Amino acid sequence: MMISYNIPEEKVFLSGHNACPGCGEALALRYILNTLGPETVGVVPPSCIAIISGPQPYSSMRIPVYQTTLEASAASAAGIKRALDVQGKTQVNVVALAGDGGTYDIGFQALSAAAERNEDIIYICLDNEGYMNTGAQKSSATPWLAYTTSTPGGKPTGKKNVAEIMAAHEIPYVATATVGFPDDLTAKIRKAKEMKGMRFIVVLTPCLAGWGVPDSQAVRVSRLAVDTGIFPLYEVENGRKYTLNWEPRGIPVDTYLRTQSRYKHLTADQIEEIQQEVNRNMTYLREKQ
Amino acid sequence: MTAHRKLLSGNHAVSYGVMLAKPKVIPVYPITPQTPILEKITELQTAGELDADIMTAESEHSAMAACITASLTGVRVFTATASQGLMLMHEMLHYASGARAPIIMANVNRTIGSPWAFWPDQTDSLAQRDCGWIQYYCETGQESLDTVIQAFKVAEQVMLPAMVIHEAFYVSHSVEPVEIPGQETVDEYLPPFTPEHRLDPAIGESWGNVVNQEMYYRHRQDMGRAMEHVCDLAQKADQAWQELTGRGYGIMEEYCCDDAKVVLATMGGLAGTAREAVDILRQKGLKVGLLKVKLFRPFPVFQVRKILSAIPKVIVMDRNYAPGTGGFLHQEIKAALYGLANSPEVHGYLVGVGGVNVSPENIMDLVNRAMAETAFPESVWVG
Ligand SMILES: Cc1ncc(C[n+]2csc(CCOP(=O)(O)OP(=O)(O)O)c2C)c(N)n1
Ligand code: SF4
Ligand SMILES: [Mg+2]
Repeated sequence: MMISYNIPEEKVFLSGHNACPGCGEALALRYILNTLGPETVGVVPPSCIAIISGPQPYSSMRIPVYQTTLEASAASAAGIKRALDVQGKTQVNVVALAGDGGTYDIGFQALSAAAERNEDIIYICLDNEGYMNTGAQKSSATPWLAYTTSTPGGKPTGKKNVAEIMAAHEIPYVATATVGFPDDLTAKIRKAKEMKGMRFIVVLTPCLAGWGVPDSQAVRVSRLAVDTGIFPLYEVENGRKYTLNWEPRGIPVDTYLRTQSRYKHLTADQIEEIQQEVNRNMTYLREKQ
Repeated sequence: MTAHRKLLSGNHAVSYGVMLAKPKVIPVYPITPQTPILEKITELQTAGELDADIMTAESEHSAMAACITASLTGVRVFTATASQGLMLMHEMLHYASGARAPIIMANVNRTIGSPWAFWPDQTDSLAQRDCGWIQYYCETGQESLDTVIQAFKVAEQVMLPAMVIHEAFYVSHSVEPVEIPGQETVDEYLPPFTPEHRLDPAIGESWGNVVNQEMYYRHRQDMGRAMEHVCDLAQKADQAWQELTGRGYGIMEEYCCDDAKVVLATMGGLAGTAREAVDILRQKGLKVGLLKVKLFRPFPVFQVRKILSAIPKVIVMDRNYAPGTGGFLHQEIKAALYGLANSPEVHGYLVGVGGVNVSPENIMDLVNRAMAETAFPESVWVG
């Protein structure tokens, strides 16, 4: 499989928004919204996504967007979908676009419950591995040892595996994706769009300021995350059927870690430990297929 | 079905009111002593008498989050809660009124932890008085049923949410004959909810985007203007209901106030006990009256000033308590009367806090006590 750059034509996400130039989250929004199309209602909690979508009276998204509270995205999306359904407007997609903080942490209760109820919504987590909107504090998506402003000595615990947790809810669709693989990302959005019930996609979106990455490098860093095996691209249907969508090229994790200043304090031993952990995770994932 | 009478608990009366108002989405979460409202609603839905989508949320916070978006998507919405559930919703209560979502919520007044308790005490809902919700306090199941329907009518005119409140057990679980109005009566009274602005790709409008200071200022001003209409609209909604069903409550009830030298002021179930005390005291020749405050938000300042201006003594009874300020109704009545030329002396007594029983005799003692002492500025514990 070749990496290609097919960008959907539908202009739902517009230029002129307030993201940092080169932001991975904004790029992801472009692929996601342009693939979902205009018959969509968006739900956005506080995050960089909210900044990108606003401010009043402007909108970078040519769809109705409801900005909700940080912990309520899944419940808010469910309310919209149910109210559309009782009015017979069943064809409208309802998509939550939430950060990792709004998903892995404070919004997890509502998310897990929406999954249990199999709400007919698409929930997309734009995972930049920290609370970037409030100045890059740690979330439970922040990886082991990464520097954040609330873990200046490096995060002492690892990244929560949200895809596995969501798969354990046995919902119709769980997938991982990232902006360095646009075809894979948009294919997953298209697939999710055709399905019914709860669909969850976690999209790794490098944050320039939060990760310490130059403006031009979000896509490269995203690809390295996949090709080192740090962030494998896979999907899980009904909690059972695992498919690895891209075989990592086996690039050493060191290559990825060195692209980001949040890891600059790492020792050789720590890097080796991360490598071992990634190897174990990849073996585990392959066995699940 | 035409109007008919049934033996119902206060909570089940609420559920029948909800059925007649025909909400389309009901996100809800159980809590004692609200749960019978939820149970009767799910029962009515299962029996095909209520055509609504019921979302069994995992928390009151999520229930209210879904209420807001369902309402903004253009359908009528109901939920119910009590105590801790209302506390958990706090953030979303502000969010709902800010979003101008005319949700109707029943709240069953119950003590707030800690420590844990289950008793009638109005502090839970009164502590939410500044959230931008209309608040109605009801004395009986019949009143709650009628008020749920009235609340939809008022809320949908001003696009603000409303709480219909009654107390734990005294009202929520007391079984009394309740008249269930006919569906045609309610349909005639309550038009379908068809908001002009709603979340719909065919319209393209959004809500909640970051605003600047001036926009926020204007938005709060608009909410205030909407609130200013509520006393008048609630009065009219009640009159219209009375014309259809013969039952009306006003936004306040004056009982024997015309020639009164002393007026008892209270809310909710305690008003029933106070009415009894007034009757007994009148028989004994004491000119006592009762002011039952039904609409607490917006607080009917104009009406309170008008009713109480010529009264020498007012005795406010609060079944609620805010440490540091005292009884909520006491505070509000004092504030409403401020600056009035011949303002009455206002006594504030904390009675029945925590669900402690208040008998007609207790109230008569209170009147005797107030006659013998000058009012303190602060609320006084009695009991
Ligand atoms: C209840 C609540 N607590 C805290 C905040 C402050 N807050 C706003 S955005 C944010 C972090 C969001 O992080 P994430 O979801 O990862 O989104 P990102 O900014 O990284 O895109 C926080 C903590 C809030 N809005 N609401
Ligand atoms: S802080 Fe990070 S996530 Fe936020 S806009 Fe900038 S690059 Fe994007
Ligand atoms: Mg984040």
